[in-house]
Amino acid sequence: MAVITMTINDELVSGVEGQSLLTLIREQGIELPTLCHLEGLEARGGCRLCLVEVQSTHRLLPACTTTAQEGMAIQTHSERLVRYRRMILELLFAERNHVCAVCVMNGRCELQDEAAKIGMDHVRYDYLVPELPLDASHDKFIIDHNRCILCTRCVSVCDSVEGAHTWDVMGRGVNSRVITDLNQPWGVSRSCTSCGKCVQVCPTGALANKGSTVAEMVKRHDFLQWILDGREKKQWVMQNGGSEGRR
Amino acid sequence: MTTLATKKTARKAEKAEAAVGKIRLATAWLGGCSGCHMSFLDLDEKLIDLAETVELVYSPIADVKEFPHNVDVTLVEGAVANVDHLELAEKIRQRSKLVVSFGDCAVTGNVTSLRNKFPVEDLLTRVYHEGPGAVPRGGETDKIVPALIPRVLPLHQVIEVDAFIPGCPPDPERIWAAVSALLAGEPVVLTEKMRMFG
Repeated sequence: MAVITMTINDELVSGVEGQSLLTLIREQGIELPTLCHLEGLEARGGCRLCLVEVQSTHRLLPACTTTAQEGMAIQTHSERLVRYRRMILELLFAERNHVCAVCVMNGRCELQDEAAKIGMDHVRYDYLVPELPLDASHDKFIIDHNRCILCTRCVSVCDSVEGAHTWDVMGRGVNSRVITDLNQPWGVSRSCTSCGKCVQVCPTGALANKGSTVAEMVKRHDFLQWILDGREKKQWVMQNGGSEGRR
Repeated sequence: MTTLATKKTARKAEKAEAAVGKIRLATAWLGGCSGCHMSFLDLDEKLIDLAETVELVYSPIADVKEFPHNVDVTLVEGAVANVDHLELAEKIRQRSKLVVSFGDCAVTGNVTSLRNKFPVEDLLTRVYHEGPGAVPRGGETDKIVPALIPRVLPLHQVIEVDAFIPGCPPDPERIWAAVSALLAGEPVVLTEKMRMFG
């Protein structure tokens, strides 16, 4: 693999051809916020938090879906970018009903964390207060659309890792909503295997274990890389026909 | 001859003299659970330090009926939920140099604003009028309880706010960080952990 050189925040850095900008930026120890991106899932460029300035274009580009190229000059934390990121977070808070104090993920929520990190101490926009349902028809899990930020990690993990594609998105713009099967109650979904991967990758309190209450929900992402390594690096395949395979 | 009245006047004068040079602090309680004030009281022994530098001129924990003039700093707990809150918020803004949104309800609407999904009339019907006994209508005309406004608002959507202390409730460390900065005439800069909602 060819080595490329470029500048990030006026520092000369080198990376590997084909790497995403996000990976390269994070390799330099620079913190770039993301809400839709999750290592192991396909990059989508949906949340727009990882937007960066690239010298050769006037458009801001999402670092997660942009490939690093030889000679690029990028800025990750210009005054404009930080301002936009805060606006994005405020708009996310204004769009649905995120009431941290009474959320299952209070204290462990990625949205709450990113807001605190960027210095968002209040929301300047009017709260839309949409009327959104909570579906508790599934035996084990609930989906609370009030907390959903439409990152679509659930859609992605269900499709590409579990292979069920129970989740999808319906509607457009502010009316978009994640759905199970063809907008059927989750509990009657025939495709759902109840594996819970969607719940684990959800950054907010939108997907949670049934019965968990305020600040009780703990999510883990480590299963994802473990499954993917097992699958892609064939770590689970028994070698020499014996029982030597990694358990 | 020293009468009780003159003694009282003398004491008042003494008190006034002691208050000269002190920062005039107020705290107000709008639509919230008073948890932020409880957390304020959890400053514990720091309250003693505070008492040396400030004069508490208005607060739910002080018996003052009317919001006074010339207040230096006012901490406002709670969201704006009814017409009385609107009136007090305006008064606070006019009479305070610095107004601080104190806690998540003032900052975001928080739990108080959960009722925003329902029309006020439905809310009152379900919670009060369908229940046992006679209850006030909660209309502006009856002068018994203040009318609810259609939507609960964060304080900064009603008046200009100078600083924000998020948290439900903000823990005493955050309150102290913010209050000590305000009293020193410095801008409120909270650390990442201290800015967290919830």
